[in-house]
Amino acid sequence: MRREEFLQGARDMLPLLLGTAPFGVIFGGLAIAAGLSPWQTLGMSLLVFAGSAQFIAVSLIGGGAGLAVVLLTTLVVNLRHALYSASLQPFVRHLPGRWRLALAFWLTDEAFAVVQQRYARADASPCKHWYFLGAALAMYGNWQLCTALGIVFGQTLPNLAAWGLDFAMLATFIGIVVPMLRNTPQVAAALVAGALALACHSLPYQLGLLVAAAGGILSGLCLERLAASGEAKA
Amino acid sequence: MNTWLLILGMLLITFTTRYSLFAWSHLQFPEGLRRALHYVPIAVLSAIVVPGMLLPDGQHWALRADNAYLLAGLASILVAAVTRHLLATIASGLLLFFVLRWAFGQLPV
Repeated sequence: MRREEFLQGARDMLPLLLGTAPFGVIFGGLAIAAGLSPWQTLGMSLLVFAGSAQFIAVSLIGGGAGLAVVLLTTLVVNLRHALYSASLQPFVRHLPGRWRLALAFWLTDEAFAVVQQRYARADASPCKHWYFLGAALAMYGNWQLCTALGIVFGQTLPNLAAWGLDFAMLATFIGIVVPMLRNTPQVAAALVAGALALACHSLPYQLGLLVAAAGGILSGLCLERLAASGEAKA
Repeated sequence: MNTWLLILGMLLITFTTRYSLFAWSHLQFPEGLRRALHYVPIAVLSAIVVPGMLLPDGQHWALRADNAYLLAGLASILVAAVTRHLLATIASGLLLFFVLRWAFGQLPV
């Protein structure tokens, strides 16, 4: 049971591993170019394990920014993780502390997308945290491997970004989110979030994502209220 | 700047945001907040997907007929809506995406 959940979690991450692999390799190359040692580069992937934050940190370091600026930026870029943490908390709160510590460390955008979908399924499997662990470890192992490849081969890997493997991530997120849209408030939340993300795309440090998420959540809630009061009147 | 100190600081900050609510095992959210949290995956994933299709490089609008991200993305949305099948969506979307990129001469080969 645990084994099946673990392996299924890892399997369900496969398209996202493909989609994020180029970024891991490019990060490895960029970090070396910004002056980090190979161990520091790998250390950042091993200890921080947050793609966007790692990219921004390395470009800030390359530009000569100070410690406080990089740390503050990391905080802003990673704020969205608090939202994931809140969203999954009801499903992990029964777990022992060491489980919650470990799963939190591995809580990335990709793990959140896949894992919330597992928790949303109606079956009463008591081992869904093993699914979480399998998905998380697959992502973690892949990120380390790709960082190492980037360190070794660096800029000699040609045009890795030009292949557009990141579309694998979009297709996966589409396949997850579209079937979740079953009523008007849910569709509205998706449309408003998408439109706000477009409108705010020039905001730095993923702040646009936060604004869009907040707007989407609020519109969903408002329409839900409206529908409920409409039913009450009828 | 001490790079290892920086990495440890980033570890601390990143882990704290991720662990922020996992830490409180006795905390039960009130009903209103739980309803709001239901919309988190929909809102966040849509906020990643839509700009990913229309601004593939994150900065420039690509409302063009040779934007494979947009065309294959729309096709994936259609497949997902009809089949509600994750793997079918990913497989058909990726296949169409690379066929389009190849047809538009956008692959680095």
